[in-house]
Amino acid sequence: MAEVKIRRLWKEYGAQVVLENLNLTIADGEFVTIVGASGCGKTTFLKMLLGVEKPTRGEILLDGQPLVYEPAPDRGIVFQRYSLFPHLTVTENLLLGLELAHSRVLGRLFGRARRQALERAHALLEEIGLYTARDKYPSQLSGGMQQRLSIAQSVICQPKILLLDEPFGALDPGITADMHEIILRLWEANRMTVFMVTHDVKESFQLGTRLLVFDKKRHDPQAPEAYGATVTYDIPLNRNRYPIAA
Amino acid sequence: MPRLVNLHPSRGTGLLLGLLPFVILVFAYVLGSNARLAENPDDKLLPAPSSFVETINKYAFEEDRRSGQRLWWVDTGASLKRLLVALTLSAALGLALGLAIGAIPYVRSLLLPFVAAFGMIPPLAILPILFIVLGLGETAKVALIVIGITPIVVRDIALRASEIPSEQLIKAQTLGASSWLLAVRVLLPQLLPRLIDTIRLNLGCAWLFLIAAEAIASTEGLGYRIFLVRRYMAMDVILPYVAWITALAFFMDYALRRARRALFPWAESV
Repeated sequence: MAEVKIRRLWKEYGAQVVLENLNLTIADGEFVTIVGASGCGKTTFLKMLLGVEKPTRGEILLDGQPLVYEPAPDRGIVFQRYSLFPHLTVTENLLLGLELAHSRVLGRLFGRARRQALERAHALLEEIGLYTARDKYPSQLSGGMQQRLSIAQSVICQPKILLLDEPFGALDPGITADMHEIILRLWEANRMTVFMVTHDVKESFQLGTRLLVFDKKRHDPQAPEAYGATVTYDIPLNRNRYPIAA
Repeated sequence: MPRLVNLHPSRGTGLLLGLLPFVILVFAYVLGSNARLAENPDDKLLPAPSSFVETINKYAFEEDRRSGQRLWWVDTGASLKRLLVALTLSAALGLALGLAIGAIPYVRSLLLPFVAAFGMIPPLAILPILFIVLGLGETAKVALIVIGITPIVVRDIALRASEIPSEQLIKAQTLGASSWLLAVRVLLPQLLPRLIDTIRLNLGCAWLFLIAAEAIASTEGLGYRIFLVRRYMAMDVILPYVAWITALAFFMDYALRRARRALFPWAESV
């Protein structure tokens, strides 16, 4: 869990302004959903939170501390795809975070430490309905199973913030309800602050406790790149689900 | 009538079809050999199959009168040792350099242009240099193979490393991976199947360099023997040796393919 403060944040690529003057305070444990037209900087915003893109102006504060612009274990990420490790089984994919955190030279756990990690991994697999597929490789899983595993893989490391970049965008519409149920359960159990970029407006209303709409406020038809997007709507939602007593 | 591209042979038919070119080759040889021998019983160009059996028996199972060794196995042992040492060195060196180039942008900027340029040197052109600098012993022969195929291995491994989606690398960092752990737990295991593929594709080159080096300066080895008996136009030795080299290379390729499947089952579907 972490409070995120964004102060006068700008992102420009040369003359092209992607995001302009973003000011937000996101409380501990909020589930923020982000929608907006294509190319309006939603993913750029997420990448800045993740630390793979630097803002050109302004800053992001994580619990009052300036954000480190490098991916780190306090911020988990689930991409639309490719975030599983194809050479590891389901169990090994889940174990990886625990092994990397506790074994800095070999990246592997042995003996009692491994048994304890395995216990945690198996419990989590049970929870997301993947226990029976625990010895399969990612390529043998369906898209929905892969995304559940990818989410669990981040959650097991107990990040303060979980970033979701259109995690269900490539899945069949039929299984998104299950995915929503799982992500909400994991969010409530692990007390993370969640940022989720989505194309699906209905999904953004169902899941979020706060909805951000990114759009351009000003538009110059002669120079379409002159102005960037910012948050045009900031809507509190589902306050009854908010994990911290309001 | 279905299109030709949609007709698939059954398992048995496929096997027979695969054998067919071999059978035709042997048949054509026997025909040619018979025709030439009928005209001139002393013909050396296409010896009769029976003389192969004789030669193989002499080389593989009888002691050489001069050295008291079974030449076939001495040659095979010497060549395989050179080849395996060189391939092991090339694989280790290629994997380490390729991984470093693929994973670390600074190393990439430092080494990739050099490796690309170095790989363009025709290895046989520097063989004299190797013999002058390293002497006529085993080192120069092994070095020729290593110099010949390592640049290709390095570049192929680096290429594969750069194909690994950045999502995976970012994800691993959010799971707490350092640069070192990223290399040993995420990149290295995914590069090993490709290393086997690269070595398989380079087997032909490795044999080429081996035989070239043995032909020029050696006292035993499969390539040495072929070039030695060439002076007597001893096709009854050359052809079995060529077939034996081919069989060895084919078996190595097959063993590597099986090893890849057994060791990296996850890599079969990707």
